[in-house]
Amino acid sequence: MINVPSNWQEFTEGLWERNPVFVMVLGMCPTLAVTVSAINSISMGLATTFVLAASCWLVSVLRHLIPKEVRIASYIAIIATFVTVVDYAIQAISLEMYEALGAYIQLIVANCLVLGRAEAHAAKTPPLGATLNAVGMGLGFTLGLTMIGGVREILGSGTLLGVSLFGPNFQPWVVMVLPPGGFFVMGGWLLLFAIWRKYRDKILSTPEKESVHGA
Amino acid sequence: MVRESLGQILVTTILSGNFVLAMFLGMCPFLGVTHSVSLAFPLGLATTFVIVIASLSAYAINIVLSLLHLEFLRLICYIVVIAASVQLVEMFVKKQSPALFRALGIYLPLITTNCAVLGVALFQTARDYNFTQSLTFAIGGGIGFTIALVLLASVRERIQLSDVPGVLQGTAMSLMLAGILSLSFMGFAGLGGGA
Repeated sequence: MINVPSNWQEFTEGLWERNPVFVMVLGMCPTLAVTVSAINSISMGLATTFVLAASCWLVSVLRHLIPKEVRIASYIAIIATFVTVVDYAIQAISLEMYEALGAYIQLIVANCLVLGRAEAHAAKTPPLGATLNAVGMGLGFTLGLTMIGGVREILGSGTLLGVSLFGPNFQPWVVMVLPPGGFFVMGGWLLLFAIWRKYRDKILSTPEKESVHGA
Repeated sequence: MVRESLGQILVTTILSGNFVLAMFLGMCPFLGVTHSVSLAFPLGLATTFVIVIASLSAYAINIVLSLLHLEFLRLICYIVVIAASVQLVEMFVKKQSPALFRALGIYLPLITTNCAVLGVALFQTARDYNFTQSLTFAIGGGIGFTIALVLLASVRERIQLSDVPGVLQGTAMSLMLAGILSLSFMGFAGLGGGA
């Protein structure tokens, strides 16, 4: 029973420690395609969070009923169902947002993150833990998208959430809202995290060595 | 809406509207399998095949579902057909070239969750393409995907020989390279009158 994580641990796992965007690098297509602005990123992230949570809950509830041989097909069918729900919901709530995100909402089906979590986690965990974990992963995904989207929006159009930051004289760095910008910002964040991790390891490892010496 | 000519669609999907570098479809294999050209090329071909099959089936499914007014089932039907055609390719590759089958590993069944395949089906529906346009779109998309894969693989093969700073190795490096490739593909913008 020692290895069973608490509900809180289930929830926080995906938020930062194993962030889907920056650590696991899953679900890259929407990550790069829709993150031209922060608001797009947030909506896409929340839509994915809903699909992820709902699918993981259902997969977890049905985990003893689905035969092993057809599990992937069953998971895909479950995911596709919830994506259709989200697709029609967004269309009803905000047609503008629907047009901005376009086919990428439906492409949540092919987001490796959703299938990956259903297969790797939800299929082995009771419903409550699976759902909490999925919500955490989804919010971590939203966070990652927003961090990329925010940077791209600030650099590429000089705004954040539609509010102008630098006044009318700002010369936007247009390439950031174009496709190459997505690659560069994402690569830049990964680079930043790699440097930070190296720096942190250096700090953490020094006192440990000393204590070994002392012992 | 002005109908795009077939040539326009083909040039756009291969160059200026490249699936990987401009529309971000199929990123997982793009970052995962591009260690060597000898892997990237066959995977590109396999994906192209699946894309064409998926596009044709999606076209047929769309007609049937529109007749029955069951458009909300579109997504589920598409994904099932794609999964089935991937299975077909998998069996074919396993029979024809067991070595290649082992080399491609998990990335072969993963074509199912390749956004490029589903993306073709969804975009052709959204853009209301007719039969020949869909077919051209699919073939162009597949060729574009293969080109992008082979290009990145070639660059990464060269990079292996050079001295890269430790922190930049891995995904960050591939993303930077992809960004530069994408930048150069933007030079094709306006070609074929599309995008």
